[in-house]
Amino acid sequence: MNVFSYLLDPAHWSGSQGIPARLVEHLGYVALTLLIALVIAVPLGAWIGHTGRGGFLAVGLANGLRALPTLGLLVLLVGATGLGLLGPITALVILAVPPILAGTYAGIRNVDPAIVDAARGMGMRGRDVLFGVELPNALPLITGGVRSSVLQVVSTATIAAFVALGGLGRFIIDGLAVRDFPQMIAGSVLVALLAIALDLLLAGVQKLLVSPGLRQAPAPRRLRLVPTKTPDAARAA
Amino acid sequence: MTWVLGNLELIRELTLEHLWFALVPVVIGLVLAIPLGWLANRTRLGRTFTINVSGLLYTVPSLALFVLLPPLLGTRILDPINVIVALTIYTVALLVRTVADGLSAVSPVVVNAATAMGYTPLRRFLAVELPLSVPVVLAGLRVAAVSSISLVTVGAVIGFGGLGRMFTDGFQRDIPQEIITGIVLVLLIALVVDGLLLLLGRALTPWDRVGRPAKGRA
Repeated sequence: MNVFSYLLDPAHWSGSQGIPARLVEHLGYVALTLLIALVIAVPLGAWIGHTGRGGFLAVGLANGLRALPTLGLLVLLVGATGLGLLGPITALVILAVPPILAGTYAGIRNVDPAIVDAARGMGMRGRDVLFGVELPNALPLITGGVRSSVLQVVSTATIAAFVALGGLGRFIIDGLAVRDFPQMIAGSVLVALLAIALDLLLAGVQKLLVSPGLRQAPAPRRLRLVPTKTPDAARAA
Repeated sequence: MTWVLGNLELIRELTLEHLWFALVPVVIGLVLAIPLGWLANRTRLGRTFTINVSGLLYTVPSLALFVLLPPLLGTRILDPINVIVALTIYTVALLVRTVADGLSAVSPVVVNAATAMGYTPLRRFLAVELPLSVPVVLAGLRVAAVSSISLVTVGAVIGFGGLGRMFTDGFQRDIPQEIITGIVLVLLIALVVDGLLLLLGRALTPWDRVGRPAKGRA
C-alpha cells in the first residue's frame, strides 16, 4: 500500500532524521517533562492531600487544563522564550503537572481515615504515615494521573513540532510542508503506536507498584470488621 | 487591545467556525453514544469491548488522528470533515462509558416499577432510564464539550482550527496579542458552554431541585 511507503522505506530508518532518532527524541521530551512534573506535582499533591489545604486548587487546575488550548500555550511560550528547548518543555510541564497533582491529592484524600487512624494508633508519626500508609494507598490514583499526563505530553510533543521541536511530529509537519502524505501518515502511525505502547507499559507498571491488597477492592469506603469470603480467608479457615 | 479592535470581523468569523467545529461533534457523539452505551450496559462482553475500544481510541493523539482518518475513510487529507470525525470519535469514546455508567446507576426498583406499570422496553428506556441517567451523562458531556472546544485548535496545524488559526498566524507573524486573544476566547467559550450545559442539566432534572427528602425513605 502506498500510504505506508514512507514507513517501509529502509532509507528512513537511519540517520539523525531517521525514524529511530526521532523516536528517541520524542521519548526524551516525554521523559524529561515527566521527571520535572513528578518532582513538582507529587510532593505538592502529597502536601495538599496530607494537610487538606488548597484542595480546590489541585482539582480546579486539573479541570481548567482541559479547556486550555495546548497549541496556544506552546506558541505563546515559544514566542516569549525564542527557539530552543525551554519554551516547549515549559509548556509540556505546565500540561503534565495538573493530572499528577490532582491524582496525588485525590489519592491521599481518599485513603480510608480508619487506616490512617490505625497507623497513628500503632505509633506512626506524620512522615511515617505519609510514606508508609498514605502514599502506598494512593498509588492507584497517582499512577492514573501519571498515565493521563504521559498521554497529554506524547500528544502535545507531537504538536510542538509546529514550533520547531524535533520528535515524531516532525514527520507530520515536514510532510505537510511538501505535501508528502506518506510521510505524514508514517509520523501519525508512529505517534499513535507510541502513545498506545506507553499507556500499556504504564498500566503494567501500575500493576507492579500497586499493592495486591488494593487491587481487589478499588475504593473500600469502610473497613470491614467481618471478614468476607476471599480466597485468602478460605485458605486460612 | 488594539489588535482586537482592528480585527473584530476576523475574530467573529473564527469564533463561529470554532463553535461549529467543536459542537457538531459533541452533538453527533452524544447521539451515537446513547445506543452504544445502552448496548454496553446490557451485556458484560459488550461492556468490556466498548470500554477497551474507546480507551484505545482515546489514547491516539489528536494530530495523528486528524492525519490517519483520510486513508481510513477515503476522505481528502486536508478536509475539515477529518477534524469533525476525529472529535466525534473522542466524544463517543468518552461518552459511551459515561452513558453505560449512568444507566447502570438507575435503581432496578424504579426500572421494575416502570415495567410493572406497563412501560414497553423502548418507552421505559426513553422515559425512565435515560432521564434518570441525565446527571451522570451530563457530567461526561461537559468534559467532552470542553475538551472538544480546546482540541479544535490543534486542527489549525493542518489548516482548519477555528480560533486555533490565531495561534498559527500569531506565531508566524509574531503577534502575541493575537495568540493571547485566541487563548482567552477559547477559555471563554469553554466556560460559557460548560455553564450552559450545567443549566441544561438542572432544567432536565427538576426532581433534583425539589428539597431532597430525608435519607432512608425510598
